[in-house]
Amino acid sequence: MSGQASTDRRSNVSLARRACNIRRKAVQMGEVQGQGYVGQALGVADLLAVSFFHAVEYRSEDPEWEGRDRFLLSIGHYAIAFYAALMEAGILPEEELGTYGMDDSRMPMSGMASYTPGMEMSGGSLGLGLSVAVGRALGLKRKKSGALVFNLMSDGELGEGSTWEAAMGAAHHRLDNLICLVDFNNQQADGASTGMLSAEPVDAKFAAFGWFVQRIDGNDIDALVAAFDAARAHDGPEPRVIICDTKMCKGVPFLETREMAHFVRVEPDEWQKALDALDEEAPK
Amino acid sequence: MSAATRARKYEPRKLPEGKQATSAMIASLEAEGYDTVSAPFGHALNALAAQDERIVGLSADLSKYTDLHVFAQANPDRFYQVGMAEQLLMGTAAGLAHEGFIPFATTYAVFASRRAYDFVSQAIAEEGLPVKICCALPGLTSGYGPSHQATEDIAIFRGLPDIAIVDPCDATDVAQMVPELVAWNGPTYARLLRGQVANVLQKHKPDYQFKLGRAQMIREGKDVLVISAGIMTMRALDAAEDLAADGIDVAVLHCPTIKPLDTETILAEAGKGRLTVVAENHTKLGGLGEAVATTLLTAGVTPVFRQIGLPDAFLEAGALPTLHDMYGISRRAVAEQIKGWL
Repeated sequence: MSGQASTDRRSNVSLARRACNIRRKAVQMGEVQGQGYVGQALGVADLLAVSFFHAVEYRSEDPEWEGRDRFLLSIGHYAIAFYAALMEAGILPEEELGTYGMDDSRMPMSGMASYTPGMEMSGGSLGLGLSVAVGRALGLKRKKSGALVFNLMSDGELGEGSTWEAAMGAAHHRLDNLICLVDFNNQQADGASTGMLSAEPVDAKFAAFGWFVQRIDGNDIDALVAAFDAARAHDGPEPRVIICDTKMCKGVPFLETREMAHFVRVEPDEWQKALDALDEEAPK
Repeated sequence: MSAATRARKYEPRKLPEGKQATSAMIASLEAEGYDTVSAPFGHALNALAAQDERIVGLSADLSKYTDLHVFAQANPDRFYQVGMAEQLLMGTAAGLAHEGFIPFATTYAVFASRRAYDFVSQAIAEEGLPVKICCALPGLTSGYGPSHQATEDIAIFRGLPDIAIVDPCDATDVAQMVPELVAWNGPTYARLLRGQVANVLQKHKPDYQFKLGRAQMIREGKDVLVISAGIMTMRALDAAEDLAADGIDVAVLHCPTIKPLDTETILAEAGKGRLTVVAENHTKLGGLGEAVATTLLTAGVTPVFRQIGLPDAFLEAGALPTLHDMYGISRRAVAEQIKGWL
């Protein structure tokens, strides 16, 4: 499964440094527009770093390489984080960072497949991704491909009934080539997700639906690496889910302590402060 | 309002002298005088699948009721049963299409259009994926009431960019549209006729062949032009025979592709000064009638224009022959309406 490209990626740059770089790029893009889903990006950066620099097979120079793992961004709102990861992975040129959300940019505010290299689906209408992932996993099996399907979704999408249709479908069809990643930051538009339509106990729910379940601290890089490895190595027909409890705004202390909100307000003079905070804690 | 006050009182229908009450269990269409073909959709799909490995079939617990079971029996390894989950049906079809397959996704028209619309729009159409949605029980072809009567499916899908919409009339249309749907480079929505399907068009025009995007004259006539789709072309052809006995000469332009609309043929025919009637098995809102009206007005072609179609209402439950009479889409009702407009 491991290709040449992966060996290069797993070089001497630490995953923690990759996560920091992803955070920096997301903050820089937020500054371009003066807004963005930066809180979510900071929270999910570790998960994306481990995905793109440890778990997922791809070729930077050929984003449509047939042997790649399919990484679906069900939650189109997280595009700002995903673009940062695509740039860090060399799939999107970093020179385009300043175009984020602008007219004619390849990086619209919500992720869409037709705009961006490496974007496998148009997400954003929440709850789409997992069912599309089921189809792709079935399709890969039809083609006798060993590639995996990853679906990155948010805890808010657990409220959509379609998510559970797909959860049943994935288990029914024994899709052991499907790994679902749930970014559980307990935050959605009107407040805490557990406070409006709680999916808890979400690990027990997925287990009852027939999935191989892991629940980890999604900001702990070692735990992420171990979980991805266990999901890949698991010797069973079940689809895999990694529920990642993450902290909004992780890595920028003055934002972490700000009143939690779906759409974190950042004042014009705070973008540089956020970058400074990231640099201060930057790993080598 | 309590449920009790909403329920209607039983009032036996007043029947014409000598007429028996009709059972609501009568589910088939009245199509007297035509031969039928069994499961034309399933057999056509089998024939195409034998040549095209990309084709797979999916159903949401309705393969037996969409004739996809014919495909499933012949190609068990290419059939995906997703269960009673229409959003999963469309999402799964999208995923398979992403991987290079051409999925035929089947359910009832009400469920594809109402329940799964966002998945059709965002997972399939916005991505330009070649998913072929084929749905039984179009318009008023079920006596079950609004839960199963897809009176607005075309209106729902017409607003969706890039999708081709087909409303076939008969077994020839159903069978011949299958390869044409695959040849269409993108998503399609087709209404299905299932089971024993009448062979209508070639009886009236032996060399008729379905062509996606084309309206075709099935019958010439100098007094009235009927532009019709789906089973209403059969109704129009039958009514035309009845009206001919009264000396009324009716032309029937069959327009099974609702989108993209064959505006060239429609404008040419409607520009000949005849009463122009659009007949559709669909609410008069948002379907073929309004599409034709917009086409005519925009081009400055303004014949006397009338619509035959279903009312803007939730329809009654009951037996189909009764309902088709009641809502003006039976052979007799079509002839009467046209006569009244002359």
